Amino acid sequence: MDPHFQHLYDILAHSQGYIFPNEIDLQWGILIVVYPFITGLVAGAFILASLERVFKVKILKPTYQIALLTALSFLLVATMPLISHLSQPQRAYEIMITPHSSSAMAIFGFVYLWYLMVVLLLEIWFDYRHSMVVWSNEKTGIMKWVYKVLTLGVSDISPRTLRWDRKLGYIITVVGIPSAFILHGYVGFIFGSIKANPWWSTPLMPIIFLFSAMVSGISMVMLIYMIISYFRKKSIELNVLDSIGKFLFFVLILDFTLEGLDQIQRIYEAEESFEIIKLLVSSKLYLTLFVSQGLIGTIIPLITLAFLQFYKYQIKLKKTIYFIIGIFVLIGVYSMRWNVVIGGQLFSKSFSGFTSFKVGLIGLDGTLMAVFWILLPFAILAFLLWLLPPWKMIPEED
Amino acid sequence: MKFYIPPQIPRLAIAFAIFISLFLLLRHFLVPDTFGKYGHYRAASLIDNEQPEIHYSGQEACFKCHQNIEDKKAQDVHSEIHCETCHGPGEKHVISSKAEDIFKPSGREFCGKCHALNAAKLKSAVFQIDLEKHNVGKNCIECHNPHQPWEMKK
Amino acid sequence: MGNEKIRISRRKFLKNATMVAGAAFGYAWLKSSQVLLFAAEPKDESLPWYGIVIDIQKCIGCGSCAKACKNENDVPKEPFFFRTWIEQYTVKNDGSVNIVSPNGGIDGFVQTVPTEEIFKSFFVPKMCNHCAKSPCIQVCPVGATYDSPEGVVLIDEKYCIGCRYCVQACPYGCRFIHPVKKVANKCTLCYHRLKKGLAPACMEVCPTGARMYGNLRDKNGELVKFLKEHTTQVLRPHLNTGSKLYYNALSSEVR
Repeated sequence: MDPHFQHLYDILAHSQGYIFPNEIDLQWGILIVVYPFITGLVAGAFILASLERVFKVKILKPTYQIALLTALSFLLVATMPLISHLSQPQRAYEIMITPHSSSAMAIFGFVYLWYLMVVLLLEIWFDYRHSMVVWSNEKTGIMKWVYKVLTLGVSDISPRTLRWDRKLGYIITVVGIPSAFILHGYVGFIFGSIKANPWWSTPLMPIIFLFSAMVSGISMVMLIYMIISYFRKKSIELNVLDSIGKFLFFVLILDFTLEGLDQIQRIYEAEESFEIIKLLVSSKLYLTLFVSQGLIGTIIPLITLAFLQFYKYQIKLKKTIYFIIGIFVLIGVYSMRWNVVIGGQLFSKSFSGFTSFKVGLIGLDGTLMAVFWILLPFAILAFLLWLLPPWKMIPEED
Repeated sequence: MKFYIPPQIPRLAIAFAIFISLFLLLRHFLVPDTFGKYGHYRAASLIDNEQPEIHYSGQEACFKCHQNIEDKKAQDVHSEIHCETCHGPGEKHVISSKAEDIFKPSGREFCGKCHALNAAKLKSAVFQIDLEKHNVGKNCIECHNPHQPWEMKK
Repeated sequence: MGNEKIRISRRKFLKNATMVAGAAFGYAWLKSSQVLLFAAEPKDESLPWYGIVIDIQKCIGCGSCAKACKNENDVPKEPFFFRTWIEQYTVKNDGSVNIVSPNGGIDGFVQTVPTEEIFKSFFVPKMCNHCAKSPCIQVCPVGATYDSPEGVVLIDEKYCIGCRYCVQACPYGCRFIHPVKKVANKCTLCYHRLKKGLAPACMEVCPTGARMYGNLRDKNGELVKFLKEHTTQVLRPHLNTGSKLYYNALSSEVR
């Protein structure tokens, strides 16, 4: 028998209650979990970078370029899980040429392009232009030309032009903050706008996605900063970690509050779908919602970060704690994406039963593919750090 | 003082102009011809959706050859039931007129799909019998003519 | 002299090339704006505007409709893909509701709850509601599903990218991904039959006439007459999908 049908017969045997027959085949698998996770990292990393620039948080300076390059590496991959999940990936270009204006998914294509071209690439370009011009003069052979092409041939490094680099970069950052909000808010809207699905359909969804994105992006940049410092054999600056940790703490509180509000509203209003959702969270989503997302991803980091604000610890211990918290928060946010995407499809729209989800290892929408799309940005980041090393940049003179 | 335009701006403007133009040009060639004629879709798709061949021919096609069955059916309770409800898709048979191209159902199970007792069937909607009690072991069509169920065979 | 000529012809060529390129871009712009602002939905009064009625009191759960649908529309026979299916609801005396739809009802139903425990029981055939404000069309990113001028929600199989967003958006579970064609699939109200003057396959074979279709524009037509004379209801009216599938004698347990 066709392995897909065999898989569906297995699922059918494990379904509970009554589900519409077409619902046995769960449509959005692990790749669609990865997609908002990666997009969230982009938005979060960018917002952290913007904090330094717009709000002049000087202490975060060492993470500024790292955050920008992290955002770019993840953004370049962000659409790939979506595209590889299509059953007709060769037709993906249709989203760009005939976008349906009422479809959240179609407009996402343009939000994405705007963010990539107008925000991230431009900001990085303005930031690195001076250095790239200098590098292209220093290097020989092919690299000379690579940097030359990257500068788009604008080799003017007179103080006046450099001042404009900073000025324009600043404007782009200011435009970038709402853009980052829109980018990830939109991902939330893709789910939040589906009125057929009561687990998704809430006006808070874009905001919840946004704040969890910031949480995950901040943690990711913190981890990457620590890892890069380790490989470069440079000591990790504790005050950088402390101030990132402080931001993480505040955003985490906001995120927790918003998600809590959403659930309280759901429980208090107890609409038509309440019984099935109650069953869902207390059985199928118990581990990923209460343990992974709630305990590991939110409560433990919150308590630990709160302690770090008030008590002094050994420097080494503190660094280890930050590292572990970073990983915990990422696990939590990934679980949150899982709970939304997979959780929303586990219960029947008849509100009378459940299907089940078994993720395959291989295939275009299998685990390996998802792992590949999560790891690829790190390879891109390594390449970008080699091409545009933040630590070799020509310092700005004011 | 002359108005100063930093050199980055015109260069970026050119880069973006090239990018946008390329996009529009590609778009020009990629958008299907009939797209947007009636709404946000390919108008030619309406024609595509008319194309599939039919499998159920409709009972008018049956009666062209089987006038006798039409007359028979008209006299009894199955008069409103179309031929293909029991005989299955008939278009192949209509074209070939071969006997093997049409399904001839028999058996208690088949008739039972409509006539077996079930609490969900209204008494007024269909005549129901208890398959476990009614002439067990016999095929329905041994007694009933499916085209004229109350014309009992002796 | 010769150089002058070459310069002139070169200038001419450049001028022509610029004009051609400009015209191409201009046309591309024009065309793109046409598609972006897409043409208003033509309300062709000469065409019918289809609606459907399902009379629950007449349905006997024989499964002929679901079977005929699969035959007519080449839907795979596995029990995970249905353009139409039948559910049996059984409300027990203790108030609990039991819903079943074995193989979409194609093989008929066997009563699973003992008669003495039954408060009431009925069959509900399900199919695409051909919504006038359909959520599935709203979310399709590329315009591969649309409302035909006759009010039939159709799929463009050559254009669908298989993102499955429409499957998520349908509150009635009427869409699936065709395992062979790898694109979204659903009831077309047998559009290919309607255009040939034939009834949809499910309605052709329904032995009790529990399913009807008709022109909602025709105020003297049979369908409108039925709607006037009966208390009908659509599924999930609070979702405001503009469903054009009306159920007669719909019970509140049905979702």
